[in-house]
Amino acid sequence: MIEVKNLYKNFGKLEVLKGISTRVKKGEVVVLIGPSGSGKSTFLRCLNLLEKPSSGEIIIEGKSLQDPSTDINRIRQDIGMVFQHFNLFPHKTVVENITLAPIKVKGMNPKDALEKAMELLDRVGLADKADSFPASLSGGQKQRVAIARALAMNPKIMLFDEPTSALDPEMIKEVLDVMKDLAADGMTMVVVTHEMRFAREVGDRVMFMDEGIIIEEGTPEEIFERPQNPRTKEFLSKIL
Amino acid sequence: MVMDFSIVLPYINLFFKGALTAFEITLLAVVIGIVIGTLVGIGKMSGILPVRLICSTYVEVIRGTPLLVQLLIFYFGLPQILGFTLPEFTAAVLALGINSGGYVAEIVRGGILAVDKGQMEAARSLGMSYAQAMRYIILPQAFKKMIPPLGNEFVTLLKDSSLATTIGFPELTRAAQIVAANTYRPFEPYLTAAGFYLVMTVGFSWVMAAIERRLSASD
Repeated sequence: MIEVKNLYKNFGKLEVLKGISTRVKKGEVVVLIGPSGSGKSTFLRCLNLLEKPSSGEIIIEGKSLQDPSTDINRIRQDIGMVFQHFNLFPHKTVVENITLAPIKVKGMNPKDALEKAMELLDRVGLADKADSFPASLSGGQKQRVAIARALAMNPKIMLFDEPTSALDPEMIKEVLDVMKDLAADGMTMVVVTHEMRFAREVGDRVMFMDEGIIIEEGTPEEIFERPQNPRTKEFLSKIL
Repeated sequence: MVMDFSIVLPYINLFFKGALTAFEITLLAVVIGIVIGTLVGIGKMSGILPVRLICSTYVEVIRGTPLLVQLLIFYFGLPQILGFTLPEFTAAVLALGINSGGYVAEIVRGGILAVDKGQMEAARSLGMSYAQAMRYIILPQAFKKMIPPLGNEFVTLLKDSSLATTIGFPELTRAAQIVAANTYRPFEPYLTAAGFYLVMTVGFSWVMAAIERRLSASD
């Protein structure tokens, strides 16, 4: 579903990604872990071209993102993204946040979009907040709305960029629970997170990144119980 | 010498008419300024170098030359090329509007830059084009941040509309000139004109403050 070949990314002279190659299968939940500055977020943001790779290739469902004839706006409709800082649209109500893209981008009729939005809000437990503005929501609620907003486009892949890092501890669970449900429903997910319990419970595969490369990858058991690389061991010993 | 404002009373309609005209010029110029300013402001941030260059040059030229000179070029200079003279009203509106565009462009650019970068990313990640993201997400938020400086721009333009006097257009300042000439008493008519301007600018500031309060209600 996602294929990454020899991906490099520099910001000026700073090399952030130094040759990443991997595949993500349909329905797989891949969790990226690693220290700050290891390139996890940059890698994730390359997958929907929020960052333009310096070299290498990304193929999403058979379409190369580096092919000039690829319509990136079309591809992005199939890739939902959830951000650390939610990035809800503050001038729109919760339900407008969710219906805007389906109506304007997909040309969905407003009634159907509303119905779908209410269904999604119900799913994330926020149906009563439909007409609120984002500013009146807690962090956990905002992030659940952001997930609903991304799901409203019926994406085939969901990217999560540290979705719980900006949350108060007591709100982390409500967001992770929504993500667990999503994984259980068979969504293909790539998740950058520091939540090791989530990685262990929900991840099909865990990738440990450091200094712009994938140091080690494997099942959660392999990575957390029997890490092979000394850097993986060192990282895990610090955080577990 | 004592001031005697009763001398302006017979001409008071002239002042009201002049004030209305000044207001009309300003309003139209602001609309033109906002349209041009939005395009140029966005153009200044374009990834396409020629677009960026043209827009930056426009802003530099407008802001680097006196409005009075620009107005004279429009009214007296252009006919040489066009072959006909623009009506005073049109010349004043165009000159002020095009001038305002240069200042509004900077206001628009500042407003857009003040919107969190994550907003554009969120919009694009949902499949919106750059234009859609600008229209539905960035500009509405930028506009809110632009309200106070745009209010200032309107006030500035209202005052600058007095320059239309130089091309002989009968707006508020011109009315005062006429009355001063007729009565041989300049102080009272000019003070009266100043009073009219002040009432309009202060009144306008109140309106802007009210709009700002309403818009910030959703924060």
